[in-house]
Amino acid sequence: MTISTGSSAENQYGESMKRADTSDLGPTAEEYMLPSAQPVQLVNPSGEHIHNDRYPLPDGEALLAAYEKLVVGRRINEQANALVRQGRMAVYPSSHGQEACQVAAAVVLEKDDWLFPTYRDTVAVITRGVDPLGVLTLLRGDWHSGYDPYEHKTATQATPLATQLLHAVGVAHAAKLRGENTVVLALCGDGATSEGDFHEALNFAAVFHVPVVFLVQNNEYAISVPLKHQTVAPSLAHKAIGYGMPGERVDGNDLAAMLSVLGKAVDRARDGGGPALVEAHTYRMQAHTNADDPSRYRPQSDVDEWVPKDPITRMRTYLGNLNLLTSEEEQRIAGAAEETAGTLRDGLNSEPEINPADLFEYVYTEKTSQLREQAALLADELAREGAQQ
Amino acid sequence: MTDTAVRSGAAAKAAEGARTGPQPLTFAKALNTALADAMEADSSVIIFGEDVGPLGGVFRITDGLTARFGEERCFDTPLAESGIMGMAVGMAMNGMRPIVEMQFDAFAYPAFEQVVSHVAKMPNRTRGKVKLPLVMRIPYAGGIGGVEHHCDSSESYYAHTPGLTVLAPATVRDAYLMLREAIRFPDPVVFLEPKKLYWSKETLDLDELRKEADDAATTGSLVGRAVVARSGTDATLIAYGPSVPTALAAAEAAASEGRSLEVIDVRSIVPFDDETVTASVRKTGRAVVIAEAPGFASVAAEIVARVQERCFNSLAAPVRRVTGFDIPYPAPKLEHYFLPSVDRILDTVDELQWEDA
Ligand SMILES: Cc1ncc(C[n+]2csc(CCOP(=O)(O)OP(=O)(O)O)c2C)c(N)n1
Ligand SMILES: [Mg+2]
Repeated sequence: MTISTGSSAENQYGESMKRADTSDLGPTAEEYMLPSAQPVQLVNPSGEHIHNDRYPLPDGEALLAAYEKLVVGRRINEQANALVRQGRMAVYPSSHGQEACQVAAAVVLEKDDWLFPTYRDTVAVITRGVDPLGVLTLLRGDWHSGYDPYEHKTATQATPLATQLLHAVGVAHAAKLRGENTVVLALCGDGATSEGDFHEALNFAAVFHVPVVFLVQNNEYAISVPLKHQTVAPSLAHKAIGYGMPGERVDGNDLAAMLSVLGKAVDRARDGGGPALVEAHTYRMQAHTNADDPSRYRPQSDVDEWVPKDPITRMRTYLGNLNLLTSEEEQRIAGAAEETAGTLRDGLNSEPEINPADLFEYVYTEKTSQLREQAALLADELAREGAQQ
Repeated sequence: MTDTAVRSGAAAKAAEGARTGPQPLTFAKALNTALADAMEADSSVIIFGEDVGPLGGVFRITDGLTARFGEERCFDTPLAESGIMGMAVGMAMNGMRPIVEMQFDAFAYPAFEQVVSHVAKMPNRTRGKVKLPLVMRIPYAGGIGGVEHHCDSSESYYAHTPGLTVLAPATVRDAYLMLREAIRFPDPVVFLEPKKLYWSKETLDLDELRKEADDAATTGSLVGRAVVARSGTDATLIAYGPSVPTALAAAEAAASEGRSLEVIDVRSIVPFDDETVTASVRKTGRAVVIAEAPGFASVAAEIVARVQERCFNSLAAPVRRVTGFDIPYPAPKLEHYFLPSVDRILDTVDELQWEDA
């Protein structure tokens, strides 16, 4: 198979490979593809609605439903941190403060869409519906991934930075070829945008005109390295135009704006409009993981500045002012959060079943003779140990 | 950049804070001191990578270097390993001695293209006109309960690539001396730091070590030189990096059972010290090679082949291996099944066709 090049070329599947059609969206590609002058904000930290011509505010019911997931998400982060302190989990990269991004990334997707998360996105994966204990398997350390990616169309949480973005493009391209109406949402951090794979993924997505939305959670740090050492571009969202797709930036602590901006990008992708890049401005409120010591590279006062911008507080104020969030409703939500936390606690407080034979079981579809030999060796060794005890 | 004037031991000591006499020193601190001393000695030595600046690296190996030598000499880059390695190539071409840190073994893979296609080949391509005196430091291997992608034993990829010098120290003393030498070395060095040994300690006199490093020109190189880590007569255990302490523990246990095992610490994977290894195996007549990496097509496999070729007539039994299984590095709760253990080594030694068995 050959792919011919040229502006009006047909690809190997007979589809014309056009540039994104911008004619009905604005007078210039720049206007269409460059992000808003300021991150889109629909509810400010004081809980007030800010009108935006391009991005409508989601209705109250949708906001309330997402708010509940926000509160549950925060509780998941707290519980996971506690489980690490108690030695039940090896490590946990918390998304405390980034829960609006996490929740929005999960709820803007349909059941048959795909999510491509990173190690930071435990809350997004659980919000998507994946069994919480399966999600934490990686961090508890009994296997590398504890859920079936096909069950909830949620890929494994990727640790090698930006590598998953290309897989997202591949899933979207395959979906397109198979005539599936699937959108793929791919997550990464600000630091990961420096990796070559990030740039390759955006370019592939644009060239193949596939339905992928890239969501960069810009939490201002890659472990100890601040964003200013990653890029001197005006924003990460500005990178989109270089690949021929629209970029947008959004207040990542504003659940309403996240839902609206991501939702629009997802709809557009589903309608054949191609990929988009969304940069969410947020902040990593806690250490990179429990193994990290942020006092070595950022003052606590920086972190404190973000406390009033918390995603939960402003939504609670906004929904409360509209009388959508009553105290009974608050209590019910708190109960739901406790229930999820309880599931995590109970699940992680019991020892997982470990079967050493599994080590050899999935490396190849059929065990090689070498692996059969090695599996037998280990089984024999364990049997002898067992006999000694 | 020809400022290679070695500062006096006194100046280095003043900068370190007056420490004299034998002191407990960790593997990590020895590496950190080696970097500082090399930077002090040669202004063309510069360090960059991910989180190596103010944080001092996730393992703190570059701790304090930015504060002491300035941001121009120890700095964070954008998060891109290929970029880091490629820039190091250019800097080495233009008079610098870059030392780059890959954050973990498995995160060095994006740099592989640069390593294999340029770092390893440049001197040969240019008939030696372009030298690349750079060091690629890699915290490597397992045994620390790390989640996936944090425990790979990747030495075989590098060792298989002609043009790369591959070192893996196992002692605090060697950590210091070998890193100093790697930095002075004219060719690119892949410097493998066993993560599980970072917190191991030895009591050492830093001034003595520094003197030794400075005298290396006269006392000889550690590159290409294995060392007998423990003498013995019955069989030879050949190990490197994280497996050396395991081999020593196995030898200790064997001694209590009346069997005398010699332990060779390979230290320098490439170039490989055939002479030391061969002399030992010819003496003992039996050998077991120990390494964490999967055994198939590995450094351990290469060592077995070399020993077999050179010692065939002295061997009382086939040369055996205790390596990781041929599987991806397991999740933390399963890694102990995978790693070469004292028991597995002793079992293998027992199988070396002893007459009395
Ligand atoms: C290829 C690769 N290099 C290095 C690492 C080590 N590492 C893990 S997370 C991280 C920082 C990532 O920062 P960012 O992309 O901003 O995501 P965040 O952790 O802030 O969510 C680094 C360097 C890695 N996982 N993969
Ligand atoms: Mg970040």
